[in-house]
Amino acid sequence: MKNRSTFVLSMLVFGYAFLYVPIVILIIYSFNDSRLVTVWSHFSARWYGELFKNAQIGEALWLSLRVAAASATVSVILGTSAAFAMRRMRTLFSRGAFEAMVTTPLILPEVLTGLSLLLLFVFLGETLGWPGQRGALTITLAHITFGMAYATVVIRARLSQLDPALEEAAADLGATPWRTFRRVTLPLLLPAIFAAWLLAFTLSLDDVVIASFVTGPGATTLPLVIFSSVRLGVSPQINALATLLVLFAACTILTATLILRREEMQAKNMK
Amino acid sequence: MDTHQDGPVRRPLQPAAANPIPLLRIEKASKRFGLVTAVDAVSLDIHRGEFFCLLGGSGSGKTTLLRMIAGLELPDEGRIAIEGEDVTGAPAYARPVNMMFQSYALFPHLSVEKNVAFGLQEEGRPKAEIAKRVREALEMLDMGAFSARKPHQLSGGQRQRVAFARALVKHPKILLLDEPLAALDKKLRERAQFELVRLRERVGITFVMVTHDQEEAMGMASRIALMQDGKIVQAGSPRELYDAPVSRYVADFFGTSNLFEGNIKECARGEAAVESAEAGTVLRGQYGERLAAQTSVAVMVRPEQVHLSREAPQAENVLRGKIASAAFLGNCHACQVTLDSGKTVLARLSPAEFGKAGSPAAGETVHLFWPSAAARVLKQ
Repeated sequence: MKNRSTFVLSMLVFGYAFLYVPIVILIIYSFNDSRLVTVWSHFSARWYGELFKNAQIGEALWLSLRVAAASATVSVILGTSAAFAMRRMRTLFSRGAFEAMVTTPLILPEVLTGLSLLLLFVFLGETLGWPGQRGALTITLAHITFGMAYATVVIRARLSQLDPALEEAAADLGATPWRTFRRVTLPLLLPAIFAAWLLAFTLSLDDVVIASFVTGPGATTLPLVIFSSVRLGVSPQINALATLLVLFAACTILTATLILRREEMQAKNMK
Repeated sequence: MDTHQDGPVRRPLQPAAANPIPLLRIEKASKRFGLVTAVDAVSLDIHRGEFFCLLGGSGSGKTTLLRMIAGLELPDEGRIAIEGEDVTGAPAYARPVNMMFQSYALFPHLSVEKNVAFGLQEEGRPKAEIAKRVREALEMLDMGAFSARKPHQLSGGQRQRVAFARALVKHPKILLLDEPLAALDKKLRERAQFELVRLRERVGITFVMVTHDQEEAMGMASRIALMQDGKIVQAGSPRELYDAPVSRYVADFFGTSNLFEGNIKECARGEAAVESAEAGTVLRGQYGERLAAQTSVAVMVRPEQVHLSREAPQAENVLRGKIASAAFLGNCHACQVTLDSGKTVLARLSPAEFGKAGSPAAGETVHLFWPSAAARVLKQ
């Protein structure tokens, strides 16, 4: 027994180390005073200060946040509609086909998604004259394609857990279908919708591959700035920025998880 | 926010008047799901003030029929009318009926008070009236102290009361109850049964209840419809169904019975004589419809109608047999008597009656007899 538990424990430690040691090193080096990223001199928050003075990064961050918020919002609206549509579909075939089409962006390599979207935008630009120029709008549209897929999965899971008798009860009490949606279904889905929004927001904030395909001159999101500056030689500022991003992403994911967990507990209590 | 006015305005229940139109009329309603016919051309009238019970096993179509009355399922064929007004195609939200769901279906995101107020808000009632009616409904069910709680903070019995208040507060013309007691444990259920009957008498609303529990139906309903395979097998008062079942299925569903296979010898003046090899004699019993001679039938007699004696009595329907077992069950003695034909007859005697018969023990030879009025001739 003892041997086995040491084995399990060491595997656990190894696993976590594999996942988190790089991030920890990055965080430690973000407090390094040296101009060279790989040489430790002494503790300092100097690069955080320089980071906040960097106008290029500030602009990129603002653009990223706007793109992320817009794409997450549209993703959630489309995802909710898709989840409802799937529930309505009676035959296994139509539901399966629809589900496969909606969730394909989840498994499609990002390079493919990015390339195909680029081709689409170029084609549309040449034939319709829209979008005339690639930039923030095309990145947002591209992010909606995969954000919606994630949103659909999350919202649909919650919707399928919902007792159909709740909507029937609302109808029985005199609520029209629209009123039932507004007063019963939507409030009960809200935690899932919020979690899906956070997920889509984080994914958009984090994307570099698709964005690099569909972006144009003048629209540089934060990950694109990081990626290009790393190619020119890593500045310790990037370490500081990455630390902040890790912190932000961790908080968002944690919030989303906690909300979903609380909802599940409540649903269990009801049974 | 709640200023819309769709859905009919529902009037409170009017005092029962001599009205020839039934409160609810179902005419040849059918509902199919794929290849399965859940409800098969059912016709039924329910009158004001009844406590009507739809009884049947699982898959008998009782719940589908209830859902068709609520408007949650629309019939494929047939007609449904409430107070003479056709509601066959009307959606659930436009019908003057309310339903209490088996799972209670309380809205988990709303407090008890808001759950109960939901239906009145959808009617567009003024705020003051809503508050008053919600309070009255909750107080009637002793739930006034819980109005701020969320459903997940309530016990099963409390949830049941809230679901009941939510459906009642709208003063529906008919209250539909889908297995209202199934989610409660046995002890709570008996009390709730009693309360439900008492409440119905107090509010005077017509109830239509679905259940699979025959004791529940017998104890609560004023009229029962027994369903099987989407059809109503028999409808009538609990007494009628117990004493005068139309078929073996009905006789079996309502308690235990002794059945003797045989052929009709003659039918006259409401009484049939049946030649039964199992009984070894001619048995007499009541019949519903006149049957031709030689029709194969069964004679049914309930165990508590069977008398016992050591000496051969001067009576009709006398059989002779040996006591196989005699068990004392507290309120009665249950005797199994084996006839010469090998058929076992069950007799249930009160302790006084058992004493009068001489308290026969297992192995003794006794005579069984019962009045012809207590026996029933069943065709199928």
